[in-house]
Amino acid sequence: MIETRPKGFVTSPAQDERRRGGEKKPDGDDRLGLVGDAEGECEGDTKANTPDVPPSADNTPEYLNKALEGLSSRWRNWWIRGILSLTMISGFFLIIYLGPVMLIIVVMSVQIKCFQEIITIGYRVYHSYELPWFRTLSWYFLICVNYFFYGETVADYFGALVQREEPLQFLVRYHRFISFALYLAGFCMFVLSLVKKHYRLQFYMFAWTHVTLLIVVTQSHLVIQNLFEGMIWFIVPISIVICNDIMAYLFGFFFGRTPLIKLSPKKTWEGFIGGFFSTVVFSFIFAYLLSQYQYFVCPVEYNSETNRFAVECQPPDLFIQQEYTLPAVVENTIGQKTVHLYPFQIHSVALSSFASLIGPFGGFFASGFKRAFKIKDFADTIPGHGGIMDRFDCQYLMATFTHVYIASFIRGPNPSKVLQQLLVLQPEQQLSIFNTLRSHLRERGILPPAVLEAQ
Amino acid sequence: MGQTDGSETEGRADRDGASDTEGKQDVPEVPVPADDTPEVLNKALSGLSSRWKNWWVRGILTLAMISFFFFIIYLGPMVLMMIVLCVQIKCFHEIITIGYSVYHSYHLPWFRTLSWYFLLCVNYFFYGETVTDYFFTLVQREEPLRILSKYHRFISFALYLTGFCMFVLSLVKKHYRLQFYMFGWTHVTLLIIVTQSHLIIHNLFEGMIWFIVPISCVICNDIMAYMFGFFFGRTPLIKLSPKKTWEGFIGGFFATILFGILLSYVMAGYRYFVCPVEFNNDSNSFTVYCEPSELFQLQYYVLPSVLQSATGWTTVRLYPFQIHSIALSSFASIMGPFGGFFASGFKRAFKIKDFANTIPGHGGIMDRFDCQYLMATFVNVYIASFIRGPNPSKVIQQLLALRLDQQLHIFNSLKAHLIEKGLLPAVEEAA
Repeated sequence: MIETRPKGFVTSPAQDERRRGGEKKPDGDDRLGLVGDAEGECEGDTKANTPDVPPSADNTPEYLNKALEGLSSRWRNWWIRGILSLTMISGFFLIIYLGPVMLIIVVMSVQIKCFQEIITIGYRVYHSYELPWFRTLSWYFLICVNYFFYGETVADYFGALVQREEPLQFLVRYHRFISFALYLAGFCMFVLSLVKKHYRLQFYMFAWTHVTLLIVVTQSHLVIQNLFEGMIWFIVPISIVICNDIMAYLFGFFFGRTPLIKLSPKKTWEGFIGGFFSTVVFSFIFAYLLSQYQYFVCPVEYNSETNRFAVECQPPDLFIQQEYTLPAVVENTIGQKTVHLYPFQIHSVALSSFASLIGPFGGFFASGFKRAFKIKDFADTIPGHGGIMDRFDCQYLMATFTHVYIASFIRGPNPSKVLQQLLVLQPEQQLSIFNTLRSHLRERGILPPAVLEAQ
Repeated sequence: MGQTDGSETEGRADRDGASDTEGKQDVPEVPVPADDTPEVLNKALSGLSSRWKNWWVRGILTLAMISFFFFIIYLGPMVLMMIVLCVQIKCFHEIITIGYSVYHSYHLPWFRTLSWYFLLCVNYFFYGETVTDYFFTLVQREEPLRILSKYHRFISFALYLTGFCMFVLSLVKKHYRLQFYMFGWTHVTLLIIVTQSHLIIHNLFEGMIWFIVPISCVICNDIMAYMFGFFFGRTPLIKLSPKKTWEGFIGGFFATILFGILLSYVMAGYRYFVCPVEFNNDSNSFTVYCEPSELFQLQYYVLPSVLQSATGWTTVRLYPFQIHSIALSSFASIMGPFGGFFASGFKRAFKIKDFANTIPGHGGIMDRFDCQYLMATFVNVYIASFIRGPNPSKVIQQLLALRLDQQLHIFNSLKAHLIEKGLLPAVEEAA
């Protein structure tokens, strides 16, 4: 989320030099020398000499610097962030245009970059560059977990392709076993790599890697599963979070007065509430715009004949306009009795409420994390904004929420997955399920009753 | 694993595991195990020398634990599930307590509450998934259960989010790093302990034999490796655990395989162990009653010629399960020790001798169960990959949750598939 740096909290390099020069304590003291942090670290951080992250203006490309040299520092910062924001949003629209495959690749790249950023922070905090094997092991675990998750996804959505190719069938059938074996190999390598003087560091990095995997990889796969439901389930949540960021920032900038939480002193209640309402309105309108196009609304399917992704279907009920009677209060003010809405717009209100109310907690979590480990940004990838993780920290809770929301309220299980499971069962079990299903469908009148079929 | 292998090396110059100074590391030294033994044992063994006394204490406790294990097997699946749950809670408690002592975080606000809250959330999530699978009919009958089951994931996620928000709100200015450490510690502990205890329960529902044999193999491997090491041990196995030897490792391997084959032979004959545990809706209790699957019916196997000449038999009658038990015991002997090494490394890293003092002579519950966790996951993955496919009742449940047009589509695909396989008469198609 956009977080204007709390200027009071991170000391400038000049102040740090003074402090560091004066208090070279050999144990337990934090590298930036900020007072009052002795209790924060009992272990593990003595020799962490992470260099300070330089102020963001240093990362801007030269031409931007030239173009903006006339402005004062505050407005210059504002312009840089603004231009980069617009660039990122345009990039987002471009890849949406390019299609599902591109989106999956971008999600994958973002995941790898986020993982790398967090692991690098771990290395710096624990000074563990010199640990043997550890980079290799972290990336190896990333590959294992990705293999496991992609295998589950591929098997579900590419059912027909998998049935055709023999080696793929083998991989799918024993997928869990293979993934587990790969993970075990990594686990054994970890145990064998334990070096006498570095046990604790190694365990810390092991845990750090696993928690990072848990957060970053699982959620990126939920994002991809949302994508397969229909691109609208990918675009709308992400746009809502971005909108909430921007709106909360703007409302805070112009009207902000009451601080929201001690953890992020620049957040204000005015920004929070203003962001909430404007996000709900934005999502309502945006959902209306997108629901009209099959490209966004249809589940992404893999067409086995053409070997590509297709988005073509009969739009589900959710995306067909329906008439809703307005409650009397609203009737009097607007003067209309009924209104045509897509049901999806109602759901978008739920999504935007979550993004505005709970999403910021993801940002606070990331702020707390940065405070705890004395870093200003996760990395310097994006000028004016910090690293990729800085931009995506609110998105993660959103992705999980969208996935859980879809699973609970929108759709049931995935039909092709159910069919696949059916075909793997024992023949007697298949037969018994067949009979159960047949009587169920007859009851519902979908199938002609038994008496006709027996003839 | 069996030995307290860190005992001798702990006292020496211990720069292991700490490139950071240990100035504030005030974990109290764990007292020598003999101090924990009950008075009755102390009296009975007062005559023996210290080494033999230790041996006897461990031996008696081992026998006590094994007898207890058999006793709860006798009591049935319900009690087993409870025991698994209790063990899980105790292990979680032990590891979190270590985290507290390592990080001096007793005084952190909220943190005990939050850790236990997360334990509850994750357990709720997992038990909800299990209950929905195995108690399907019961759940459909009771209205509140049905709603809980339908929106289960949403409710679990909401509960977790509440804990997450409480964590964020509880961040205190001077303690950020500690709090994040404990947060990470709690989550890793949950990941290791809770997920695996649920895999154990899944294995249990497959049939109690899938619960008993793996655990017994690991216990046997522990004991046999200890014995072989005690009597024949000479070559050290790994620097991490200096008391482990190659002789113990290899001897344990072969002894465990043999033990696995024999134990499976004995157990595969009884329906009580072999049948999947089912919940009987009418009697509202668990039953183990079924037609034993092919895996548990004696079959003739032709011995390879090498063995034929050695034993003089041409064929041998085995349960197919015994072949699988070889795979299980191999895993227990080869990979199980890695779980033990991991726990040893962990104890070295955090300068603790045992996870806790719960069991005299053996340390905490975690000390006994550290090898079991990898085993539980392996058995679960093994069953899913090689033994059975998906759970039929779960598939039906998912089928009935689909839209009607999807159900029809699947119905037709299934019909075509069954006709192709010859299970349905083709004549029905023509009608």
